[in-house]
Amino acid sequence: MPDMTREKTILQLTDIRKQYGSDGVITQVLHGVNLSLQEGEFTALIGPSGSGKSTLLNIIGLLEQATSGSLRMQERETGTLSEEELTRLRGRSIGFVFQFHHLIPSFTALENVMMPLMLEEGRPTPAQRERAAGLLARVGLADRLDFKPAKLSGGQQQRVAIARALATNPPLILADEPTGNLDTAAADEIFKLLYEVNQESGTTFLIVTHDPRLAKRCLRVIELVDGRIVS
Amino acid sequence: MRIEWLLALRFLREGRAQTFFMLGGVTMGVGVIVFLTSLITGLQRSIIQKTLGTQAHVVMRAPDDEARRIIRPTDSLAVSASVERRAQRLRSILQWQQVMRDLEQRPDVTAVSPLVAGSSFAVRGSASKSVALMGVEPERYTRIVPMSTFMKEGEFRITANDAAIGMDLARDLGATLGDKIRLQTADGRDETITVVGIFDVGIRDLNHRWVFITLRSAQNLLDLVGGVSSIDVTVNDLFKAETISEQLAGQTGLVAESWMKTNAQLMAGLRSQNASSFLIQFFVIISVAFGIASVLVVSVIQKSREVGILRAMGCTRRRIQHIFLLQGAMVGLVGSLLGCGLGALLVTFFARTALNPDGTPIFPVVLESRMFLVAAGVATITGILAAAAPAVRAAKLDPVVAIRNA
Repeated sequence: MPDMTREKTILQLTDIRKQYGSDGVITQVLHGVNLSLQEGEFTALIGPSGSGKSTLLNIIGLLEQATSGSLRMQERETGTLSEEELTRLRGRSIGFVFQFHHLIPSFTALENVMMPLMLEEGRPTPAQRERAAGLLARVGLADRLDFKPAKLSGGQQQRVAIARALATNPPLILADEPTGNLDTAAADEIFKLLYEVNQESGTTFLIVTHDPRLAKRCLRVIELVDGRIVS
Repeated sequence: MRIEWLLALRFLREGRAQTFFMLGGVTMGVGVIVFLTSLITGLQRSIIQKTLGTQAHVVMRAPDDEARRIIRPTDSLAVSASVERRAQRLRSILQWQQVMRDLEQRPDVTAVSPLVAGSSFAVRGSASKSVALMGVEPERYTRIVPMSTFMKEGEFRITANDAAIGMDLARDLGATLGDKIRLQTADGRDETITVVGIFDVGIRDLNHRWVFITLRSAQNLLDLVGGVSSIDVTVNDLFKAETISEQLAGQTGLVAESWMKTNAQLMAGLRSQNASSFLIQFFVIISVAFGIASVLVVSVIQKSREVGILRAMGCTRRRIQHIFLLQGAMVGLVGSLLGCGLGALLVTFFARTALNPDGTPIFPVVLESRMFLVAAGVATITGILAAAAPAVRAAKLDPVVAIRNA
């Protein structure tokens, strides 16, 4: 186990509750989740479908707001931020890797990786191009810079998505079933890549997965059942 | 290039068929508007030109003589009388030189010309024709009616006992340049003049009747020594002639009549033509806007996944909105440029095919750069407005829903 005393807390969730619906039917999805992630942690989030994994991930990713509870991102309380401030914080602090890569089809691999940087700085620059090319080289796609996503294999698309998540050098990367759509060999490759990046850059990873094989390889496993963390 | 522009361009390029349909709609809409506008402008201009070719913008003359009652009715006295209108004699404008100087001071008046007009007979040999005498100062009058451009023979340079007459009168009298003609008025005054110019103003009646002589000759013949019967005025803005004429009447105490009043029916015709053309253009623009909006609404739905991804990566709602507004603006601008080309093509084609029997165009079509600029501006703004609703919709997309459902 990592030495907890010397590490910085990236994310601190306190008593996060989420319910959907109003008036008549109210569905409680999260029942007071407490969770903290330390810098450099490589954590798996597992649980059966319907357990609230996706909701929790969306809340951590600042895509959804909790009904109550506090979420501190790098020691900063997010509950009071405006929509626009949340969006900017999300762009800076969180990298997403989705199950279905979700690259933008009309942009090349290189441009897709540049996208978070272009959004932050408002326009493309040579420095962004250089960084994106470097990241693509890191994920083994140095010869695919100008390929559109449709011309890449599933594994390659996911590699581009990982490079994109790394573009702004965020402290936290959220991966939602990053290997769910890949065959075993490709899934292993992707998982290995995520782990390597974690080791190299010290980026914190939270990976939602169904695959117990992958979860086992994570240093920390959080299990969510019926909206509560059970381990 | 800013990221909004980049994304807007890519989205447009990606949705090829949609972009094509939107551009097609704008192109045709703007093409029709350009065609219609230049046609109507050309038509109206040629009508006005023909009308004003031989008319002053504003004519000022002395107020009419009025019959006055000898006994006026009061509260206690009723007067039974019929008041007959007086016969109007030729009167001079009082202090017309001063009036002219005053008029010339005005910035909206570009030319002023005195006129002594009356009727007489033109006699040569056994031929005698009733004519309209036009006593003018040629240099000044040319700036009211461009007589020098109407000259068929000789010149519009009248001095002493010279005269310029219409081609039809010349034929009737059998007169050519250098011939002498006797002008004779009803009260027996007469003068012999020399023909120095023969004109064709394009209106047969005027070619029959107009005889231009010097101011002095006309004053002598019409017993109006030192006076003028009217003052012709040219103004800088044709369509302000009525307003200006009212001001001139107020300023001078004279009667002022603008071409718009003299040709009231023509004006009404032009106005209703303008109104209907405006209406057509308005509805063309509306339908183009609907076209853009409906295509963009679909495009927002198709692009919702991309929108969701962009939002997740830190793209603000405002920026998403701009991306779709820009698409509308680009379609509007590019479509309007193509539409201007289409319109110009149609107009040129029309001008080449719609010909008078003699091979000249029925009327000159007018293609002005101003019209193109206005069309481009209106189309761009229309594009932005049409994109407003889809853009707001895109900005409101919940990234979670957008990503999950796509």
